[in-house]
Amino acid sequence: MTSSVITSNVSKHYGRVAAVRDVSFDLKSGETIALVGHNGAGKTTLIKLMLGLIRPTSGSVTMLGGDPARGDFHVRQSVGYLPESVSFHMALTGRETLTFYARLKRVEFSDAELLFKRVGLSADAVDRPVRTYSKGMRQRLGLAQALLGTPQVLLLDEPTSGLDPALRQNFYDIISALRADGTTVLLSSHALTELENRADRVIIVDRGVKIADGTLDELRHIASLPTRVMIKLSDMEAAPQWSGDWCRQSGGGWEIGVDAADKIDLLKSLTAEPSLLESLTLAEPTLDELYAHFLGRQAAE
Amino acid sequence: MMNVLTVARKEIQEGRRNRWVLATTLLLAGLALTLTFLGSAPTGNVGVNQLDVVIVSLSSLAIFLLPLIALLLSHDAIVGESERGTLILLLSYPVGRSEIVIGKFLGHLSILAFSTLIGFGAAAVALVASGTVISPASWRAFATMLGASILLGAVFLSIGYLISTLVRERSTAGGVAIGIWLFFVLIYDMALLGGLVAAQGRAVPALLLDGLLLANPTDAYRLLNLGSGAASTLSGMGGVAAGSSLSAPILTLALLLWAIVPLGVANIVFARREA
Repeated sequence: MTSSVITSNVSKHYGRVAAVRDVSFDLKSGETIALVGHNGAGKTTLIKLMLGLIRPTSGSVTMLGGDPARGDFHVRQSVGYLPESVSFHMALTGRETLTFYARLKRVEFSDAELLFKRVGLSADAVDRPVRTYSKGMRQRLGLAQALLGTPQVLLLDEPTSGLDPALRQNFYDIISALRADGTTVLLSSHALTELENRADRVIIVDRGVKIADGTLDELRHIASLPTRVMIKLSDMEAAPQWSGDWCRQSGGGWEIGVDAADKIDLLKSLTAEPSLLESLTLAEPTLDELYAHFLGRQAAE
Repeated sequence: MMNVLTVARKEIQEGRRNRWVLATTLLLAGLALTLTFLGSAPTGNVGVNQLDVVIVSLSSLAIFLLPLIALLLSHDAIVGESERGTLILLLSYPVGRSEIVIGKFLGHLSILAFSTLIGFGAAAVALVASGTVISPASWRAFATMLGASILLGAVFLSIGYLISTLVRERSTAGGVAIGIWLFFVLIYDMALLGGLVAAQGRAVPALLLDGLLLANPTDAYRLLNLGSGAASTLSGMGGVAAGSSLSAPILTLALLLWAIVPLGVANIVFARREA
């Protein structure tokens, strides 16, 4: 796998404020990366740096082998970008808008036309002014322009915030298809749960600093957060006979946190006598818990 | 070059869609026709070429209106897109920053030129239709007036673009644009007049007066249209024109510089700015 985007020791200062500090990462082709952080953590600044819209104060950014700030035609042509809460010229129709962007990217309009279908923008909406669009329709149009000319790198800034679940699903289906084609997809988000199982890799930034970078499994391993085991006993009155810190749940069940290493042993003993249990549920640490863990660790340092 | 045309084309499309083109054309045509027929009443048929009267009234109208329209169109060209959030997406495309500025400028200029040609042209057409005979010299003067009016529009578009790249907020751009308009269209000439009165008839050095007239594009425009031919007698500008050594080519050159320099500076400012 080749690297599409490389940032090395990138910092960006606005006056005395450091929006990004000493961030390095490497995005490979065919990889889907979640860039996660609070609002104002530096996600958008990083994306702007990768696009070459702003120049790093120190360090360097390489996009598809070149400096993005130089604005090389073939580099810009191979990058798709969906800004956070994308906006268009209100008076133009969806078709006119996409035609305009297709011309700038030298994409045949017949190809652009197919994108409407792909993002699910209906034929009657296409010829209406963008002014009449709902947030979801605008976002679909935004994705359509980002997909113009089959980009090698796709940078999506908060692409699914405020979208309904059906549309979100549609979004992720398109992204999965792109991943198969070898496109590097970077999604930024502060809503983490929805990225679960979508991203190959998660980069967490906080106050301009990269605080974690790895696959979900790797991060889980590093954080070594306990797996939660929830049981309901057949005898509602009884207390669990297995050792450990069982906590009573509101529904009458019991819960315990267990380290990855002890998980199998616990399950073995729990299931030794199946008649004692009414139900058994396992919950791996969620992305939110993981995120909270890394943020907490950062704050402690 | 293709990008410039693409951007210009989109600007025209938008202008048509949000009725800018229609509104300015109708406004200019309405005022031009009114002036034409009101203007012909006092002269009657005393032999003054009616088109010359129209040229005088239309240039006085243009001096007020075209800078205003041009500034209204252009003051938020860049800052407006930046505030609405459309600029950041455009900048991520394979299009140079100067291509964006020049493309948008050309788009706005086309809108303005179209409105001026159709709006003012309507006055001439109406005269011909009412059976007035117009001499070739008057036609030439009229064509010059149309060209100069478009150039005057270009000057203020260019100034508007400079404002639009310098300020951070749309409302600021609007305020500055109105200030610029008031300054060049009203305050400057009043100050100049006040200065001449204060000089109490002492001769003002010709070079100084020329410089002062060139320093305001609306004065250069006025002199270009009203300083020669039949229009100079009608408007009373002949006196000023006679005392000045400014020829039509120099005035045209001054207007061209006024159109190019602010746009050039806007380009430099925009190229350095971070999005």
